[in-house]
Amino acid sequence: MTAPATTHETSVDLRQVEQFLYREARYADEHDYDAWEALWTDDALYWVPAGAPEGDPVQQMSVISDNRSRIATRLKQLRTGKRYAQSPPSHLRRIVSNVEILDDEGGEPGDLTVGANFVLVESRERGNEMWAGRTTYRLRLVDGQLRLAYKKVVLVDHDRALPTLSFLI
Amino acid sequence: MTATLPETAHEQTDKPDRYARLIQPTRVHGSLYTDPEIFAEELERIWYRTWVYVGHVSEVPEPGDYVRKNIGPQDVVMTRDRDGEVHLLLNRCAHRGNLVCDAPSGNSNSFRCPYHGWTYRNNGDLLGYPYNKGYGGKGKLALGLGRVPRVASHQGFVFGSFAPGGPTLAEHLGAAAGELDRLARLSPEGEVELTAGWLKHRTRANWKLLAENETDGYHPQFVHGSIFSVTGSPIGALYSDNSTAVTRDLGGGHSENDLRPEFRHFAEPMRWFGTTEDRVPQYVARMRELHGPAAEEILIEGSPHVMIFPNLFIAEIQLFVIQPLSVGECVQHSTAVQFKGAPELNRRMVSQCVGSVGPAGMLLADDTEMYERNQRGVALREPEWLDIRRGVERERTDDNGFRIGTATDETGMRGFWSHYRSLMEADK
Ligand code: FES
Ligand SMILES: [Fe+2]
Repeated sequence: MTAPATTHETSVDLRQVEQFLYREARYADEHDYDAWEALWTDDALYWVPAGAPEGDPVQQMSVISDNRSRIATRLKQLRTGKRYAQSPPSHLRRIVSNVEILDDEGGEPGDLTVGANFVLVESRERGNEMWAGRTTYRLRLVDGQLRLAYKKVVLVDHDRALPTLSFLI
Repeated sequence: MTATLPETAHEQTDKPDRYARLIQPTRVHGSLYTDPEIFAEELERIWYRTWVYVGHVSEVPEPGDYVRKNIGPQDVVMTRDRDGEVHLLLNRCAHRGNLVCDAPSGNSNSFRCPYHGWTYRNNGDLLGYPYNKGYGGKGKLALGLGRVPRVASHQGFVFGSFAPGGPTLAEHLGAAAGELDRLARLSPEGEVELTAGWLKHRTRANWKLLAENETDGYHPQFVHGSIFSVTGSPIGALYSDNSTAVTRDLGGGHSENDLRPEFRHFAEPMRWFGTTEDRVPQYVARMRELHGPAAEEILIEGSPHVMIFPNLFIAEIQLFVIQPLSVGECVQHSTAVQFKGAPELNRRMVSQCVGSVGPAGMLLADDTEMYERNQRGVALREPEWLDIRRGVERERTDDNGFRIGTATDETGMRGFWSHYRSLMEADK
């Protein structure tokens, strides 16, 4: 696998995709901010819509709408240890399932669009929260490695009042 | 020593002068945040009586538009009828009390209750009921949706009061009206729009912890130190011992952090928004074209940082509405302020606001963590009181007769509590 994939049929199989998603989920669960950050491409979008899930992240409020530089800022804040909403960090475990490679023309040519569902339990002193939703990823082969260009998380509670969401979802 | 020991909260709440005991000039009692009886009384004496901010006219721009809003736990539908008038209706059917409106917003001239099919005009009037012979025919029932009896607005901000009489909105807002004017004049067309959608942040804390924090200039350096340090933000310095900004008790429970002394000192247009004029050239040019030399003052002084009692908070470009649900739970609704005629600025305001506010906001998630910790803290038995004396000795009266303290003083909180107490003690 030396050249970047041009279509998703050619070079990446579902197994590799799943392994990537599970790794990304584990880095997020375990607050491994350096490893998580290294997954992203420079044109990243990490997006958690609010209200209408098909809204426009430029003109409408989102729970999270981070480009690469704001991802860096968010992680720097977490690393200070004084991001009080995440200090002490939440205990997290998530299940990622229903992984599908989707037909989608979005992103750069050759990007692979993947959909999955998740359920996540967050435990902190305030109490436990159950989070669930649908994630759409865009993955890209860069120098033979899968990287994350886009992650959109539509919470099942997207139109409800949400508790603090200070970990990486 | 025993003479100075406070009585227990229980003894205090049983006495007729309980609010005078619980709210003292430089301290307030912890039970004010945790006692469900006090919360029930707040609903009657504050939320269902005084003027409460509900929504903005830009959320229902066309006849027939409606949007679901709230006053505390009450489910309110804000509508615009065919004559353009804005109504605040309670979402409750006059038949057997079912919820009438499901959609969060939409356009319709009538609402139909799903239970037995009664229909209402969007001004609350009953239009009809199925199988009308059971009521002796059409038009026999003098019923309708519940209404918030008094509705009034200032700069498009719509407020409602459940009291049929009492102070007017202008009297309630007092000096705070000028802060809404200051916000609106930043729009090239003189109009604020709240069209960017809302984040809803569930908060396990009493609503007053939020209201008090909004103009607390003592906490930013600590609670927000993490984000100020990683972004090199100059905001922290506005709330330091060296700041020339002031905290002002505007009366009526309203308060502000007046940052203008700092902004005037730097005299840089758009510094209030954390940017420079070359980043928003179209906006700045438009404002200069409209206002001539007066534009400089507008562009330098910027937007207010004001808490309007009991539930509307404007922090420069961010707008918050506090919705209490119970003694220990509320929802913070937040959105980006948008200025009509300023698309270049509006996009930036949404982006900056999304980074800062809501459940994942790099500022507000940390404030909210403090509210929730605070709620657990005040439930502990000792030392019973919350101290609000900071700056009481150095407080002054400004040229307009308002009490002011330094940027980090608790002047705003003392104003909040004195008004709160007057409402809770009214007509006893
Ligand atoms: S409760 Fe609404 S029609 Fe019966
Ligand atoms: Fe804050």
